[in-house]
Amino acid sequence: MNDTIVEARNLIKHYKDLNALDNVNLSLSANRIYGLLGRNGAGKTTLMSILTAQAFATSGEALVFGASAYENEAVLSRICFIRESQKYPDDFQPQHAFRSAALFYKNWDQAFADRLAEDFQLPIKRRIKKLSRGQLSAVGVIIGLASRAELTFFDEPYLGLDAVARQLFYDRLVEDYAEHPRTIILSSHLIDEVANLLEHVVVIDRGRIIMDADADDIRGSAVTVSGSAETVDAFLLGRKILHRETLGSLASVTVDESLGSRERAEAQELGLELSPVSLQQLVVRKTMAGVGSTGVGSDTGDFADDTLEARR
Amino acid sequence: MLMIDDSKPIFMQIAELIENGIVDGSMAEESQVPSTNEFAAFHRINPATAAKGVNLLVDSGILYKRRGIGMFVATGARAQLVARRTEEFFEQYVKPLALEARKLGISTEQLNTMIERSSGLAPESGTDKERSAAL
Repeated sequence: MNDTIVEARNLIKHYKDLNALDNVNLSLSANRIYGLLGRNGAGKTTLMSILTAQAFATSGEALVFGASAYENEAVLSRICFIRESQKYPDDFQPQHAFRSAALFYKNWDQAFADRLAEDFQLPIKRRIKKLSRGQLSAVGVIIGLASRAELTFFDEPYLGLDAVARQLFYDRLVEDYAEHPRTIILSSHLIDEVANLLEHVVVIDRGRIIMDADADDIRGSAVTVSGSAETVDAFLLGRKILHRETLGSLASVTVDESLGSRERAEAQELGLELSPVSLQQLVVRKTMAGVGSTGVGSDTGDFADDTLEARR
Repeated sequence: MLMIDDSKPIFMQIAELIENGIVDGSMAEESQVPSTNEFAAFHRINPATAAKGVNLLVDSGILYKRRGIGMFVATGARAQLVARRTEEFFEQYVKPLALEARKLGISTEQLNTMIERSSGLAPESGTDKERSAAL
């Protein structure tokens, strides 16, 4: 069950003076849901494009189902890649897009696609050009789910989808995955929304993989300690600090370590507050670690609304 | 409503939820527990994670598998869980209680009075009950 279906070795991708991928090594196993997380421009789409042979690596090797996907029909027919802004022929209606998908994907389930179209209230006979942004995203989501490809990439598939429609997507994904296990790679900014769906998490930052771990191992792997600055600092002396915030004489410090029950008891006796760190907070902290000082009052806030370009 | 939180792995939280249901009697011994896919859909979590939580309880003999039918609560599961939780009770509840009382300057005598008073409350008002209500 845990056989490797994707293997990337030393992938490097240069765009002029930008290192989009900087020596990426990654392997993905069959029948798991992966989260591919990172900021805008971190290299998520580049990585997925190379794995699906829609872009070339400058160097390195990408094997999918044991072979290169490039012009390899046997491999490509088992992959579905739903892009953030998928293009369709001008005169296409959603039903045409579904029909094309049905020809290509051998596991295509038309009844499931019809059901999803109804769920998302998608007008399947309207020209795709005339669809709203959310409806356009729904077309991609439906193709991604109904294709039941062994390896399915969703690259920020929810642009323009409202909270209800996104929830619908997550619900259908979990239900259908339970019935038809396959490998799903979900690239997302909305980490809090997808965190519980993920079995394994890959975080990419400035072209490098900085985290590659099971979601269960990450949960509880960091903790925020708050209290009087002096006590907090003394308690955390020598620990790996991810983030520090102060307010007057109070400090709130996030450490990239878990605390044992004895340390927890000690913290309690010292009057320190311990609070869990969500996956989203952890990813924000880790991807900010390289940026240097995070400034006062920095918050996990809206991860999607970032200022990455300022860093380049 | 149950909330999966970030304090520990989800599979452990799923296991605890089932345990809570067994301890408070809402999941009777020899009754069938929901399938891992049902747990996954209900809590919107990865089915593999739900399965991991259920398997944790299978390994410790709380649940057992009937081939082709599903998972069931083992006879004696409740007694086993109550015994384990009683052991943990001091560390998990009594110690923090005493600590907070000391912080607030509540004397041992006052604390005892409060505990006596609280034992008059309905047994259903425990937090375990609330937590497992979602099951």
